[in-house]
Amino acid sequence: MTTYALRRLLLAVPTLLFISLVVFLLLDLAPSDPTASLPLTIPPEVRERIRESLGLGEPFHVRYLLWCKQFLVNEPLNLIDALLGRADGAERLRVLSWQTRSPVADLIVERLPQTLWVVGLSYLIGALIALPVGVFSAYRQYGWFDLAGTFVSTVGFSVPTFFTGVAMIVVFSSWLGWLPSIYDTTHRVTDWASLLRQARQMAMPVFVLALYNAAQISRFTRASTLENLGRDYARAARGKGLRERRILFVHVLRNAMIPVVTVIALGAPQVFGGAIITEQIFKVNGLGQLLIVSIQGGDLPTAQTLVFLFAVLIVAFNLAADLLYGALDPSIRHD
Amino acid sequence: MAGAGFLLFAALAAALGPWVWPADPQFIDIAARNQGPSLAHPLGADRLGRDTLARMLAGGRVSLAVAAAAMALSLTVGTAVGLAAGCFRRLDGPLMRLTDLFLALPLLPLLLVTIALFRDALRAAFGPEAGVFILIASVIGLTSWMQPARVVRGDALALRGREFVVAAGALGASPRRLVLRHILPGVLSSVMISAALGVANAILTESALSFLGLGFPPDFPTWGRLLFDSIDYLRQYPGRVLWPGLAISLTVLSVNYVGDGLRDALDPRSTKG
Repeated sequence: MTTYALRRLLLAVPTLLFISLVVFLLLDLAPSDPTASLPLTIPPEVRERIRESLGLGEPFHVRYLLWCKQFLVNEPLNLIDALLGRADGAERLRVLSWQTRSPVADLIVERLPQTLWVVGLSYLIGALIALPVGVFSAYRQYGWFDLAGTFVSTVGFSVPTFFTGVAMIVVFSSWLGWLPSIYDTTHRVTDWASLLRQARQMAMPVFVLALYNAAQISRFTRASTLENLGRDYARAARGKGLRERRILFVHVLRNAMIPVVTVIALGAPQVFGGAIITEQIFKVNGLGQLLIVSIQGGDLPTAQTLVFLFAVLIVAFNLAADLLYGALDPSIRHD
Repeated sequence: MAGAGFLLFAALAAALGPWVWPADPQFIDIAARNQGPSLAHPLGADRLGRDTLARMLAGGRVSLAVAAAAMALSLTVGTAVGLAAGCFRRLDGPLMRLTDLFLALPLLPLLLVTIALFRDALRAAFGPEAGVFILIASVIGLTSWMQPARVVRGDALALRGREFVVAAGALGASPRRLVLRHILPGVLSSVMISAALGVANAILTESALSFLGLGFPPDFPTWGRLLFDSIDYLRQYPGRVLWPGLAISLTVLSVNYVGDGLRDALDPRSTKG
């Protein structure tokens, strides 16, 4: 197990390096000009100087290695400094955003709470709804609950979040006027009234994302539970005269949850990347919105860092899912 | 069955749209601006007085064409990679590592970045509409071939060990003939299921891109673009958001049902469901 974990960990390093190279190359080869949005009155030689000041004059490999060093060495060191409350490591070169001229890491730290709150909570709620629904649908296969649940989950992952979100705004903000359609990021929770307001503005984005996540997880839970209910050991337990509740919750559920747990772990990084659209609809200024703004403004360092960060999350959660699978299921021993 | 029916209806409506409803989607009739549903404009007209029904039909044509093109591309690449990995042991390791690498890429952010950056170059090369069409279809296709590749590889691996393939090999069939004549037909059923899922995925991705404002140019309607344009008039004319949203949702839903149906019909082991 340990050797397997180590091997996987070592394999993750070249994967990440490859992805960073792809991300960097893609953005670098693209025929886009960061000075394109500046006023046309700026003379060409000044424009060239601006480009050089952004670091575009250097050859490709120098910039790539510099970016790697900044992202992989300097930024983590700065983060550690900040966490320990040490003096700011001002002499270290940081990844700077072209749009705001501030370090990208600071932008990310600024945006992270909104994303974590809205998206993380919705994933949690989605999973909590999906598990009982999936298990019960499988237990009463083709019952009315199963038919309704399967229908809702098929609808849930067929209807895109940008339609459910917009439809909810129409109903709950325009017609009924119950909920605000725009997420107010400056809102601070200080007392019960403001907590209620926070809950109200989070309700719609969280619901939209939770529905989408629950649809996928519940489908998977149902399939996995169904498969285990038909296995020999479940029949043996039933033949032994165990109570139904014990068969379902003790025998079947333990086995059925193994793949479900990994699917939940695998889906977690999408929480960050896939919520771009929902953040855009409800105007939550989280990470996804930062990515959109940086792409529209031709702000390559920010876009590169964000995309790479999403990739790191995906690789990390894949690794976690693999290790979890081995730990939960003793019959899978990787060595 | 209902899924297949609606899908057929959507495809027919998109293909025959100009004959059924001959209004020009680009025609600007300022007098009809922001009109509600009427006999002349069954679904109303938008802020420039363009007929919504005609725009919906034109948009459906583009959305479905992009989805079909992207699906064809992803299936071609996916099947080729899957067959190569499943049939030739030497290629298996590298190709599957490559697939894993692609699966680890954050797709939606990368799509957004690619489209934002390469849009202008392709637009200059092929004209505004064809350029964006090529870009979006190929980008979606090139980022969604991994699932079909994995499925095809698994099937090909299983088929390679079966007696009839071994027998054909013993009779002296060349590797090329072995793969194309004996293994490829066997994996076609899973390719078809992947095709259904691929179409659903491509429709969603294309409309998501259009929705984020990174799709086709504004005067060129697609379902996602229509939805995106209507958002600004959400409070005054909520119906305008409804139609493209419903079209996307129902099409994807029916494609998913067709995929499920195909899986049940083609897989003799699975029971009804």
